[in-house]
Amino acid sequence: MRNRLKKSEAFVKTGLQNTIIAAAKKAAPSDRVPFAFEKRVMARIRGLSGVDVWAVWSRLLWRAAGPCVAIMLAVSLWAAFSNHQNPALNTLSEDLESSVLAPFASLRDSPW
Amino acid sequence: MDPTDTELIAAVLNGDAASFEGLIRKYQPKVFATARRYARRESEVEDIVQEVFIKAFQKLASYRREAPFEHWLMRMAVRTCYDYLRAHQRNRETPMSEMTVQDSDWLEQFVAAPGRDVQAADAARLIIEKVLGRLSPAARLVITLLEIEDRSVKEIAALTGWSVSLVKVRAFRARAEMRRLLERLDVEKYL
Repeated sequence: MRNRLKKSEAFVKTGLQNTIIAAAKKAAPSDRVPFAFEKRVMARIRGLSGVDVWAVWSRLLWRAAGPCVAIMLAVSLWAAFSNHQNPALNTLSEDLESSVLAPFASLRDSPW
Repeated sequence: MDPTDTELIAAVLNGDAASFEGLIRKYQPKVFATARRYARRESEVEDIVQEVFIKAFQKLASYRREAPFEHWLMRMAVRTCYDYLRAHQRNRETPMSEMTVQDSDWLEQFVAAPGRDVQAADAARLIIEKVLGRLSPAARLVITLLEIEDRSVKEIAALTGWSVSLVKVRAFRARAEMRRLLERLDVEKYL
């Protein structure tokens, strides 16, 4: 009896699933468009196409990237070349080390 | 003669934003029909359609003209609908247990005579909305595209941006999810 009940229950469920899908296929949604909807969207688009500050800022940053790289390369070459010509001066790494350790050197001299 | 899609797109890309109106007018019925499959309230449908066209306008430069504009736009529409479903996942439809008298009548009618044409009834539509509304976003999208719109796995993969195997896995899970949902219905009551 219980098996029979389970079987008929399963039949109904499968049938129900198929019926629901068949009904959904039949009930195709409407393609009705509200009056002047395209005008509404165009108004939004026109509102959006104003000046985008962030876009302008990022475009400027990208444009500035090239000259910045060129300047950096030129300064590096100049620094390397001038050091090479005058070996009596400190090397770039020595200069960097002394600059980084300068605060600690002043600490060592203080009474604390 | 009306300008073609290619001409309208070229005009928009050359700075004539007003030409986009022609594209909206041509494709809005299709986008509305797609959005109505996923959203119930008309205000939500309008929001989805508006978002689809705004996205299309903003990304028009990325349209590579390899496929028709309609395919590109419908892909965007399906993805926007999926995003909408995911965003509204929390406030889903009423639980299955809360069936109205009308739903119960429809079920009773179906169980009594499964062969009869009861699909046209309003109750049938309501129960479909209830069942689909309880599915997860991915399951709802797959069931809609695969079972209701009769699309192939490849088509769904192209529309959603998922791989073919992912579509198959999600279809399997979606069917199981739907079965589980229907199991929650008190079918025994009608036997």
